Amino acid sequence: MTSSAVTALRFHDLTLGYDRHPAVHHLDGVVEQGALTAVVGPNGAGKSTLFKAIVGALKPLAGSIERSGFAARDIAYLPQAAEIDRSFPINVYDMVAMGLWRRKGPFGGIDRKDHAAIEAGLAAVGLTGFEQRSIGTLSGGQMQRMLFARLLVQDSRVIVLDEPFSAIDGKTVADLMHLVRRWHWERRTVLAATHDIELVRAYFPQVLLLAREPVAWGATREVLTAENLDRARRMCEAFDEAAEACASEAA
Amino acid sequence: MNLFALATLYDTLIAPFADHDVMRRALAATFALSFSAAPIGVFLMLRRMSLIGDALSHAILPGVAIGFLLAGMSVLAMAGGGLVAGFLITIGAGLIARATTLREDASLAAFFLISLALGVTIVSLKGSNEDLAHFLFGSVLTIQNTALLLIAGIASVSLLALALIWRPLVLECVDPGFLRSVSRSGGTAHIAFLALTVLNLVGGFLVLGTLLAVGIMMLPAFIARFWARDVTGMIAVAVGSAAISGYAGLVLAYQASLPAGPAIILVAGLLYVLSVAAGPVGGLLWLLLPRRHLEA
Repeated sequence: MTSSAVTALRFHDLTLGYDRHPAVHHLDGVVEQGALTAVVGPNGAGKSTLFKAIVGALKPLAGSIERSGFAARDIAYLPQAAEIDRSFPINVYDMVAMGLWRRKGPFGGIDRKDHAAIEAGLAAVGLTGFEQRSIGTLSGGQMQRMLFARLLVQDSRVIVLDEPFSAIDGKTVADLMHLVRRWHWERRTVLAATHDIELVRAYFPQVLLLAREPVAWGATREVLTAENLDRARRMCEAFDEAAEACASEAA
Repeated sequence: MNLFALATLYDTLIAPFADHDVMRRALAATFALSFSAAPIGVFLMLRRMSLIGDALSHAILPGVAIGFLLAGMSVLAMAGGGLVAGFLITIGAGLIARATTLREDASLAAFFLISLALGVTIVSLKGSNEDLAHFLFGSVLTIQNTALLLIAGIASVSLLALALIWRPLVLECVDPGFLRSVSRSGGTAHIAFLALTVLNLVGGFLVLGTLLAVGIMMLPAFIARFWARDVTGMIAVAVGSAAISGYAGLVLAYQASLPAGPAIILVAGLLYVLSVAAGPVGGLLWLLLPRRHLEA
């Protein structure tokens, strides 16, 4: 569909990094409203760094990010390693209810409609009946399902998922991917980082291939070519070679 | 039950408070403190800051000592001094942790060691060893009306403030990353919570002295961990066990002529040992009992 697409996010010559060392270099481009984009690239390619900047947790070293019609805090964001204290005595229901924060703030009560939204979120991820379970008793896959239920309750127009499918089994990936596709049908803008190229080919119409610098960005079939993947991979191999050289020198 | 036994019971458990104004005041002060310090302790424990309370309780000593140096045994001057010192050191430790590689607990530890030495030195400039013992271990049985009102005020403010910051505080403990992504209230809640901690340690100081104040805050929290599975339940258990310790400690001190402050903390310690041994949530006893696992 080439009809007048509306911009959700626009990157202007964006450079991101830590301590002045760039992790994402000179990124230009547009994420259209309702786009389902996979961000692919080797470890250290800058995927998480880009996401942190999109949700406003990291200030750009140079350039800028333009968000159209929403604030950074309106984005539903699932970080790669959520800093959840799993020993904290809180149950699944309360954890999912926190997705209401943007609407309820620190004092708002949870009414019948919110209760229905929380139950619907739990049902959608297959955790009905887990409401009173404390989060410390959940398995890794159940934990990820619970976090997706919270994303559902957040009901954001823009959703950013940082490696949401790492270290979980195929059934869970399939169930959660179903939710991602539902968000796409609902015209929500979704960005997801992943290493699973087959998954991207199967479900994601758009891909940003990142290796510190953008290697390619566009329709999945055009981006995920052998040549482009090779280019991105070569950067990794360059790193490996350097490591080897170092080791042989020491020997 | 015969009348004699009833009279003995009355003499043991109620008469000390019915007959002595001092005991009534002490009981009111410990109850007020139970309601505000114990919930703070529960949050300190859940945030893995149990030892921070300890460090801060020492940190208020030089402030108290300066208040004493300037105005003598004036409750307001000493509490004010303690409050100022507590806030300064909390802010200072936070700033140093942010600006250098030293972590917040380490820089607090540095501050409290210096504070303790400084505090003891300042007290000995003017006061006697008796004064020093009074600062370190408190004097529950000499609480005046001013101190009682101050403690009641601290308890009221704490409960109100805790209700206001409850949701961000819980969320800051369990998933700080998520809170940051939806709201900026995490920082405010953290600072307000540290301020409440200082406030309650000053309240605790008025009753139990700087060394024991942290006992009525932390021991009930540790007890609660063995009895409840959710935050609300833990706070209820913590408040209850703090109040029981306060009451039983005062009775024990009266009947056995023991120092009241340490008696209160000893009762709390006894409850703690019992909870570790037989508390329904993860007590040691349950580990020893061979129980078959469930089917699902």
